[in-house]
Amino acid sequence: MLNQYETVFIITPVLSEAQMKEAVTKFKGYLTEHGAELVHSENWGLRKLTYPIQKKSTGFYNLIEFKAEGSLIEKLELEFRRDERIIRFLTFKMDKFAVEYSVKKRSQKETEKKLEA
Amino acid sequence: MSTNQSEIRYLTPTTVEVKKKKYCRFKKNRIRYIDYKDPEFLKKFLNEQGKILPRRLTGTSLKYQRKVATAIKRARHLALLPYVADMLK
Repeated sequence: MLNQYETVFIITPVLSEAQMKEAVTKFKGYLTEHGAELVHSENWGLRKLTYPIQKKSTGFYNLIEFKAEGSLIEKLELEFRRDERIIRFLTFKMDKFAVEYSVKKRSQKETEKKLEA
Repeated sequence: MSTNQSEIRYLTPTTVEVKKKKYCRFKKNRIRYIDYKDPEFLKKFLNEQGKILPRRLTGTSLKYQRKVATAIKRARHLALLPYVADMLK
């Protein structure tokens, strides 16, 4: 059974933009390699943290939405823990309302982009 | 001037305060999912110290209060909301 998950992780701000992108592609590659299907991904850029984590006050926020087996989550989180570039992560299993919400939000953004263009 | 006003006058104003009925905004607006990635929205359910406001003040139904609480806790974990704060608003 495939479930839909959403993972948000914070990458340490000491990295350059390119290094940060590299870390993101690493995790995306890890997911696709292990049979996950990527649905959507977002990069929120450098954001201020509301409280310091590992003595850092900012971080690169990234979000990946994907469909996968439940057993993959444990492996993914282990991978997050091993990677010292990741300072915080949260994986969330989406129920049908969450999926509905994210689809709606995405389509709204797309129409906004179209209007701007 | 005083002819316009009524004859009987009271020492204390007799107007009975009409209590505004509280309602659950999630039920009213049919919101089924509370996004933990939207700190600005979740701030409506926090006081200045970043504590979660009780149901008796916000009027949220029990079902959604639980969801609000978990969403706030998730946002705190991701440093989108503070665990402790001063003058949040």
